Amino acid sequence: MSEPILQIEGLTKVYSGGTKALDGVDLEIRKGEIFALLGPNGAGKTTLIAAVCGLVRPTGGTITAFGHDLATDWRRARARIGLVPQELSTDMFETVFRAVSYSRGLFGLAPDKARIEEVLRSLSLWEKKDSQIRELSGGMKRRVLIAKALAHEPDLLFLDEPTAGVDVELRKGMWEQIGALRQRGTTIILTTHYIEEAELMADRVGIIRGGRILMVDDKDSIMQRMGTTEALIALAEPLNELPESIAAFPVTLSEDGCELCYRGGNGQGEGSAEVAALTKALIAAGIDYRTIDVRDSSLEDIFVDLVSEHEEEAA
Amino acid sequence: MISFNARGAWSIYQRELMRAMRTAFQSILSPVLTTSLYFVVFGSVIGGRMEPIDGVDYGAFIIPGLLMLTLLGETTNNSSFGIYMPRFTGTIYELLSAPVGVTETLLGFVGAAATKGLILAAIILGTATLFVDYTIVHPFAAIGYIMLVTASFSLFGFILGIWADSFEKLGIIPLLILTPLTFLGGTFYSIDDLPGIWSTLAFANPIAFLVSGLRWTFYGISDVSIWVSLGLTFGFLAFCVGVIAYIFKTGWRLRE
Repeated sequence: MSEPILQIEGLTKVYSGGTKALDGVDLEIRKGEIFALLGPNGAGKTTLIAAVCGLVRPTGGTITAFGHDLATDWRRARARIGLVPQELSTDMFETVFRAVSYSRGLFGLAPDKARIEEVLRSLSLWEKKDSQIRELSGGMKRRVLIAKALAHEPDLLFLDEPTAGVDVELRKGMWEQIGALRQRGTTIILTTHYIEEAELMADRVGIIRGGRILMVDDKDSIMQRMGTTEALIALAEPLNELPESIAAFPVTLSEDGCELCYRGGNGQGEGSAEVAALTKALIAAGIDYRTIDVRDSSLEDIFVDLVSEHEEEAA
Repeated sequence: MISFNARGAWSIYQRELMRAMRTAFQSILSPVLTTSLYFVVFGSVIGGRMEPIDGVDYGAFIIPGLLMLTLLGETTNNSSFGIYMPRFTGTIYELLSAPVGVTETLLGFVGAAATKGLILAAIILGTATLFVDYTIVHPFAAIGYIMLVTASFSLFGFILGIWADSFEKLGIIPLLILTPLTFLGGTFYSIDDLPGIWSTLAFANPIAFLVSGLRWTFYGISDVSIWVSLGLTFGFLAFCVGVIAYIFKTGWRLRE
């Protein structure tokens, strides 16, 4: 367990229109981790980021980053935080190099051409350094925003939907870059719609809905705790009754006796192993089968389950 | 404890100047053209039939007023655009998330506006020499006063740019208030020469004091004491600083 780099306690935000975007959020981010914040549209992901980054004034609660209270000692805290916003907002007429240099200066660092070059090269933008931002493609603009956020070498980086509207190829490139940042010790908080992304990148996952954090846990333990394996086995002959050796498995027999359904495991391979054992037991019991269809639940299934559960509760 | 981010302020300053340089052609050509037109029409054609005012040739007399007219308009527009556009396009997120406060932001924006104001003034005065003979009596006071006025109106523009939530609102104050008030503020005449009640009413127009102040630095003549003009300008500056400090404190239209 590493030290917390960001602590959020009881954070609430009620917009002037009366919308409660955040409703008592408690969250602790550890040094060096990649934290994925998952949630449907309007869940409060962007407001949460905006509150930490100073774009939105919290209605209540405290935010502490690197031990500095953001309400009072914000200069020191902000100097170490970088933000890549969701919208592609850039100064269209500025050149890439100048835009990135400006960001560095704005955050109080001395000009450093070598550092800017390194950032631009790592994002494959060096060839475009003298182009105006408006001439770039959407994917490149997104990378310019990342370069701007990295120009002051932040220790904590927020990526708000970094791969929204980015094609598959570029998305993979983005993941590699995020991985490289983690290697350098940058703590990353990202929000995403693509659960696949969280599954692939994150160390921990937080699920937010209606301005509340529903659950925060290590991705692996969420998968372990809530992940399941499902196997559908089509039998060659209908069965009336399951033999004892088979009934010991978490299985159910369909009404017509033609299909055996297994549901168990922990999302960590235990299920697949059990399904293998089940097939051996079937053969040992002299039961023949035609097909086996095995499927592990993804973080997406867990997420959809969790969110819809809460929806029912709220209803 | 970091209490002031000088590099941040410098970065904003540089960027604002750069922004002006990108449209340098327009920002230089347009005031040169406008001023030339004024001098041709009012200075040479009409001015030739006018009596000197307070011993100053009419062509020379209108220089401070014309200078003020362009400076107020350009500075206000420039600075209101400077803050409105990032709000409009969303790039303001960076400024808001950066370790810069109201002091750095204002030094950057206002410093750049004052610099641009001085450059603009130099261009206009240079253009004026092509049409009129004039000498500036208090050149350093003139530079100082021009800087003071541009700083004040860039703050004013900054407030406008934060207040405006549409392009229409952005343009309406300079168009409907600043320009008419400058025209009526003694640009083309001495307020003392206005008949009866009008010369009193004219002083309800704050811009009359600015024109009068600048004219004093040019020719040593003025409708009101230079100290009154200075006091009023400083008062306006302080008022704008107060409003902006309040905006940053409450986050009005900047941070929800």
